[in-house]
Amino acid sequence: MQKTLKALLGLGSALIMPLALPNIAKADQLTLCWAAWDPANALVELSKDFTAKTGTEMKFEFVPWTSYADRFLNELNSHGKLCDLIIGDSQWIGGSAENGHYVKLNDFFDKEGIKMDDFVPATVVGYSEWPKNTPNYWALPAMGDVVGWTYRKDWFERPELQKEFKEKYGRDLAAPKTYDELKQIAEFFQKREIDGKTVYGASIYTERGSEGITMGVTNVLYDWGFQYDNPDKPYEMNGFVNSPDAVKGLEFYKSLYDCCTPPGSSNVYMVESADAFKSGQVAMQMNFAFTWPGLYKDEKVGGDRIGFFPNPAEKKHFAQLGGQGISVVSYSDKKDAALQYIKWFAQPEVQAKWWQLGGYSCLKSVVNAPNFASSQPYAQAFLDSMAIVKDFWAEPSYATLLQDMQKRVHNYVVAGNGTAQEALDGLVKDWTEVFKDDGKI
Amino acid sequence: MNISSSSMVEKAADATARATPTSVAHRVRGLSDRAIAWIFVTPTIILLLAINIFPLIWAIYLSFTNYRANRPNAPVQNVGLSNYERVLTDPDIWQAMQTTAHFVFWTILLQTVIGFTLAYLIDRKFRGHAFWTTLILIPMMLSPAVVGNFWRFLYEPQIGLFAYAVSLVTGIPTADIQMLGSVSLAPWAIIIVDTWMWTPYVMLICLAGLRSIPDYIYEAAEVDRASAWRQFWSITVPMALPFIMLAVLFRGIENFKMFDMVTLLTGGGPGSTTEVASITLKRTAFESWATGRASAFAIVLFVAVFGLANIYVKALNKVKQR
Repeated sequence: MQKTLKALLGLGSALIMPLALPNIAKADQLTLCWAAWDPANALVELSKDFTAKTGTEMKFEFVPWTSYADRFLNELNSHGKLCDLIIGDSQWIGGSAENGHYVKLNDFFDKEGIKMDDFVPATVVGYSEWPKNTPNYWALPAMGDVVGWTYRKDWFERPELQKEFKEKYGRDLAAPKTYDELKQIAEFFQKREIDGKTVYGASIYTERGSEGITMGVTNVLYDWGFQYDNPDKPYEMNGFVNSPDAVKGLEFYKSLYDCCTPPGSSNVYMVESADAFKSGQVAMQMNFAFTWPGLYKDEKVGGDRIGFFPNPAEKKHFAQLGGQGISVVSYSDKKDAALQYIKWFAQPEVQAKWWQLGGYSCLKSVVNAPNFASSQPYAQAFLDSMAIVKDFWAEPSYATLLQDMQKRVHNYVVAGNGTAQEALDGLVKDWTEVFKDDGKI
Repeated sequence: MNISSSSMVEKAADATARATPTSVAHRVRGLSDRAIAWIFVTPTIILLLAINIFPLIWAIYLSFTNYRANRPNAPVQNVGLSNYERVLTDPDIWQAMQTTAHFVFWTILLQTVIGFTLAYLIDRKFRGHAFWTTLILIPMMLSPAVVGNFWRFLYEPQIGLFAYAVSLVTGIPTADIQMLGSVSLAPWAIIIVDTWMWTPYVMLICLAGLRSIPDYIYEAAEVDRASAWRQFWSITVPMALPFIMLAVLFRGIENFKMFDMVTLLTGGGPGSTTEVASITLKRTAFESWATGRASAFAIVLFVAVFGLANIYVKALNKVKQR
C-alpha cells in the first residue's frame, strides 16, 4: 500500500511539475496587449527601462489592426487572463468600464500623485473617462493620435506647378486651410503626369469592414457641423446627425471620393492610404498621426519631400480622435505589478523618451515643452490637431453604432446608393434602435 | 468457412481465453455484443453531444433571450419570439439572404457547367491529361486566405493583371475596371474567384462519375449505331447525374456559408452589395454582440439549409433509383 501511495505521489509530482514551473517563472512577468504597429515597437524599446529598473520582464501580445478589436474584446469578454495591461481603443472605454473589464484607477492615481490635469484634456476625456466628462478614470492616456494629413511638399514646391496653380485659383499652392482649398488642390493633381507617372489628388478612408470610412467621414462631417446628439438632450439625434450641414458634409466627402482618389480606392484604411502615399500615387493623404514618423523616415517620400498639416476647417474646425489609454485588466493575477508599470509610464522623463522613440505622449509637460514643436517636423501639426479633436461614441454599444455608420456611409459614398440625406436619416433610425435596446431612450 | 479453419479459430480463441486473466475473461465473456458495441460507441456519442448537439440546443435557448455575450453579468430575460420576429422582418437580413442566393446560384451554375466540361475532356485520356489534371486541381489546394489576397492584387486597377488583360481585350482603360469597387462588378469578382477555386472540386466528382460508367454500355450503343451526341445525352449525362447532383449539394452547402473569400476581397462592400448571410451573422454575433438575435438568425439559416438539403437529397435518391 505504501509503495502504491509513493508511486502515486511520484506520478502526481511528475505530472504537476511541468504545469507548476512556468507559473513560477512567470511570477515576475507582465503581459501587455496592444495593436501591432510602429508605436508598439517603440513601446517594446521603452519598456526595457522598466525591466531594468524593476526586474519585471515585459511580454507583449501585439495583434494586427484588422483583428485587434475582435481578439482583445473576446479576451476581455471571456474574462481571460492573457493580458495584465491592455492599451485598448478609445471607443472601448464605456463597455470596458460598465462590464468590469478594467480596474478603476482613481484611488491608485490619488495614492501615487498621478494627476489627470497633467495630461492634454482631450486625451483624458477620450481615453480615460467613463462616463465622459466625469472624474471616473479607467485608463492613463498612453498614445495620442488624431486624423491629419500629409502632402508631397516637393511637388507643391515645383515652380511650374505653383505658377499653373496660381493662374488657375489665384492663390499659392500650399497646405490647405479649408476643405474647399483641399478639394481644389486634389483636383489640380488628379491624373496629372509627374515625372512620367500618373498621379492622383488624395487618398481618403473608405474601408468597409472595420471602422475606416467612419473615421474618414466624421473627420470631415465635424467641420460642417455634424453632432452626435443634442448637447442639451443626450441621445436626441434627429436634426443633429442628419442636419442640413451634416448632409452637405457627407456630400462633400462623396464628391472628394468621386473626383480625386486613385482608381481602386473603395476599401482604403490606414495601411492602404500610407501605401498610396509611399508609392508616389497621391499628392495628399488622410491618415492617423502615428503614421507620420514612419513616412518621414521613408527614403522615397520622406525627409524634405513630405509636409504635414492638420485637418482643414470649414464652418467649424475639428479632427477625428484616434489613440488609446493604458488600463489594468481586472482579471489579471498581477494587478499590483501592472499598476507599477502605469506608475512608471506616467513619469515625465519616461513620457519624454516615449515621444523621442516614436510614441505620441499625452503629457502636457512633454507636448507643451518649449522645444516640442521643433523636436520633429510633424510635431506642430500633431499639436494643432490634438487641440481640435472629437471622438466617436464611446458607449458600451459603440461597435453596433460603428457598424451602422459603416454601412450607411459606405452605401452612399462608395456604392453611390441613395442620397446623403437618406444615408443620415437611416443612421438616425439605426442608432435610435440601438439606444432603445440599451434602454437609454 | 471450412471445418479445419473453424477448428483453428476455436483453438486460437481458447488460447486467448487461457492467456487472459480469469476475472477479465469472465467479465468480457459476460457482455453481450450490444453492450460491447455501446462501449465503443459511447465516447463518440458523448463527443457528438458535447460538440454538436449541446451548442445547438444552447443556441436555440439563447435565441429566445436578450443575452449579450459581452455583458455576461447583465440579467438574461426571455423575450419570446421577438428575436425571430426581428430577424425575419429585418430588410438588411433579407438583402443578405438575396445576395447569398445570388452567389449560390451563379457559382453552382458556373462550377457545374465548367467542372463537368473539364471532367468530360480529361476523361478522353489525351496525351498529357495527367499533367493538365494536376494543373487544374492546384487552385482547390490553396488556402482561401491566399486565394483572396492573390485575387485582390490581380483585381487592382493600376497594377493588377486582370484589369490589364481586360483592358487589352476591350480597350477600356484599366483605371475604369474597378472589379472590387463597383456595385455591379464586385459580386461578379467574387463569383469569378470562387469558380476559379472550386471548379476543380466539381470536376473531380464528375470525373469519378464518368469513370464509373461501364465501357460495355458505350460498346452496345456503338453496335446500335448511336451517334456521339445521342450517347452523351442518353448514357453519359443520366449516369453521371447522381455525381453531378452530389457536387451541387456539396458546393451549395459550402457556398451558403461563404465567408472568408468575401471578407478578404470586399469586406461586404461596396456598401452592402456583397454582404452575404454569414457576414451579417458574424457582425450581429461578434461585433454588435446581439447574441440572442444572432442565435435566432443562425437557427433560421440552419433550418433553411437543412430543409433545402433534405428536399434535394430526396430528389437525388430518386435520380439514383432510376
